[in-house]
Amino acid sequence: MDIFSATGQWLADPLNWQGPNGIPARLFEHVELSGVSLLLSACVALPLGLWIGHTGRFSWLVVSSANAWRALPSFAVIGLLVPFTTMIDPNLGFTLYPTMIAMIVLAGPPILVNAYQGVAGVDRDLVEAARAMGMRDRQILLGLEIPIALPVLATGLRSAAVQVIATATLGATFGFGGLGRYIVLGDANRDDGELFGGVVLVAALSLTALAVFTLLERRLVSPGLSSRTEG
Amino acid sequence: MNGEPLVRWDWLFAHLGPIGDRVGQHLYLATIAVGIGFGISFVLAALSIRRRRLFPLITIVATGLYAIPSFAMFAALVAVTGITTLTAEIPLVLYTLVLFIPNIVAGFDAVPADVLEAADGLGYTAGERWWRVELPLAVPLVVAGLRLATVSTIGLVTVSAILGDSFGGLGYYILDGYQRHFTTEILVGGLLSIGLAALADFGCVLLQRFLTPWAAARAAVR
Amino acid sequence: MQQVQDPLGESRAAVRGSSRVPGSSGAASLEFRGVSKRYGSATGSGGAVNDLSFVVPAGAICVLVGPSGCGKTTSLKMVNRLIEPSSGQILIDGVDVGTEDVTALRRRIGYVIQQVGLFPHLTVGRNVAVVPALVGWSGERQRARTRELLSMVGLDPDRYADRYPAQLSGGERQRVGVARALAADPLLMLMDEPFAAVDPIVRERLQDEFLRLQRELAKTILFVTHDVDEAIKMGDLIAVLAEGGRLAQFGPPDEILAHPASDFVARFVGQDRGLKRLSLRTVADLRVEPIGEREGLPAFPPATTLRDALSILLAADTRGGVVLGNEGKPRGLVTVDAIASALADDAGGAART
Repeated sequence: MDIFSATGQWLADPLNWQGPNGIPARLFEHVELSGVSLLLSACVALPLGLWIGHTGRFSWLVVSSANAWRALPSFAVIGLLVPFTTMIDPNLGFTLYPTMIAMIVLAGPPILVNAYQGVAGVDRDLVEAARAMGMRDRQILLGLEIPIALPVLATGLRSAAVQVIATATLGATFGFGGLGRYIVLGDANRDDGELFGGVVLVAALSLTALAVFTLLERRLVSPGLSSRTEG
Repeated sequence: MNGEPLVRWDWLFAHLGPIGDRVGQHLYLATIAVGIGFGISFVLAALSIRRRRLFPLITIVATGLYAIPSFAMFAALVAVTGITTLTAEIPLVLYTLVLFIPNIVAGFDAVPADVLEAADGLGYTAGERWWRVELPLAVPLVVAGLRLATVSTIGLVTVSAILGDSFGGLGYYILDGYQRHFTTEILVGGLLSIGLAALADFGCVLLQRFLTPWAAARAAVR
Repeated sequence: MQQVQDPLGESRAAVRGSSRVPGSSGAASLEFRGVSKRYGSATGSGGAVNDLSFVVPAGAICVLVGPSGCGKTTSLKMVNRLIEPSSGQILIDGVDVGTEDVTALRRRIGYVIQQVGLFPHLTVGRNVAVVPALVGWSGERQRARTRELLSMVGLDPDRYADRYPAQLSGGERQRVGVARALAADPLLMLMDEPFAAVDPIVRERLQDEFLRLQRELAKTILFVTHDVDEAIKMGDLIAVLAEGGRLAQFGPPDEILAHPASDFVARFVGQDRGLKRLSLRTVADLRVEPIGEREGLPAFPPATTLRDALSILLAADTRGGVVLGNEGKPRGLVTVDAIASALADDAGGAART
């Protein structure tokens, strides 16, 4: 039978929706790890980026971070981590840790760079005017720079989210579960339905995340800034 | 992993030849993808400049394609095009689009209006103006896009290792090393692919400096 | 005796006093004949330019001046066909510009704009040589011409030819822009507010140096500005445009100042047009009286404008000032009354001693 019907059948099969290898379980696994990694990464990268953008110090950190990130293939990062994480914990170090650490590491730079660019890109004249009016540093950061920087920030989060979901998918080759596991299993068992089911699910998740973060970006931007209010 | 030393140098030196071949294969796959990707992107960018309404549509499609994990795309294509170089190249090309197109469009948009007006007034024909004024001035952003696309592609070539032993460039060593629990191999594959990407990044920076001598003058002024 | 500081006055006066030779070789005459430009489907008087007609003889500077929206830039751009007229003709040496190949036309006309538009990716030298390169001059001829032109606009070729525009100041860039426009020895120059983007001190220098250049080259120039004072200073002929692109008045500066054709023109040139007229003449034109006691009186070199002289006399509160002759020897006395009566004379009708 052809791919489409095989996939349709696989997706429709109720057995595939139960148990630890069921779609909900795998989906949850994937989203959970993505969310956690994104959050952990943002906890460090976001404040750091905002601070560097606000003060202007250590900007070299941002530039080299951006360059380094570009040059890090996620495939290589996960693979390189495996020998080391298995030394820490032979079990989780072989299935979970390499993928998770890779996700956290790779999510950092987009968030860091965009947080920096967002704040640093605020018109210096505005900041000076705010200071002249008597606003304190923290007020300037929270009340002026961050709101203006939000769109750029949101784009960074979006890039990081896409990156993280893709890395988790890849992690299936290196022992992780998630939706990528279906692609691996489908390939091993020569089950086209499972393989393409996995592809469809992964693509759907990624595009959904893309859409969600794009909408979030639109919502977060003050109407005064967006082109919607321009004459 | 085992009680072995971390790095088996003997294996490394015994396999310098095949490693070199893999590097070559890696660059080969990357170059084709970047070249074709650039060609397609340039056409689409030119189209976007001419018909502005197409630009958001093209951008959305390119962004959506980029969001789909490479692992999934490679695996999915196997059913369509088998295990061939084409299977490896199609996703690689598609992933360059979102990196090239916005930068090419931005490059041409960045040419100052007064420069274009002066060019017209001095007596350039439309073709001369495009070739001798717009194109050179668009280069910085176009090369920025080239830099992003090249490094990204070199990274993604590693994922094509899942297609089989004869693919993946240096990614082969990562996957094989993982499956055989052979740390040295992983290190070779991983570190070399990172090194290759970094080298390509640096190469693009040099290319940009070479193509835009006037930017250095401006930077010196600032 | 106080000496009047007037370092630039020499060039200004020399320029004012000289007569540009009409019909000199190397320049073309320019004529607007019933030129109109309408946008959209509007007919009648709703256009950007309305039935513009005037003649600029070869070798003269004609300034198009008027409030914003009066169509002066549009009119300028119709000469090199960056904008095409809706009706009417523009003739260069009697030939309709619409009949010629537009690219060839533009290569024969020098074009200078406010933001200059130097090509950032070319050196100053290559920028200047753009049109010569386009029309196929040899490399050597280009280089020689570039050096000649850079010197002419006051930039040392050895220092500037290999620099990039980003390394130049605003005033330097505009000089390169002028050099570039002159490179292929055009018969006609179009200048659209070329000195507006620099600060007033630099602007005055550029104006003076350009006028000095024009004495040598005697090109036909169409010059657009919104600044009435610049128009009076630069123009041999002034075309005042009103909103809607109508020609409100056309004539030499002194005539427009002395006899504005309408309330609009009178308002546009300003209530101080009397004083402005004074800046068109120098003390050398005046009838002088015997000096008498010289102690404490200000001295005026022959190039001092009547306006500056008046200003100094009013501030010094003396009975008059001493006009010097060309060798620096005192010629006679001028008073505030003498200057005032010179103003009352008809344009161009002042007696000399």
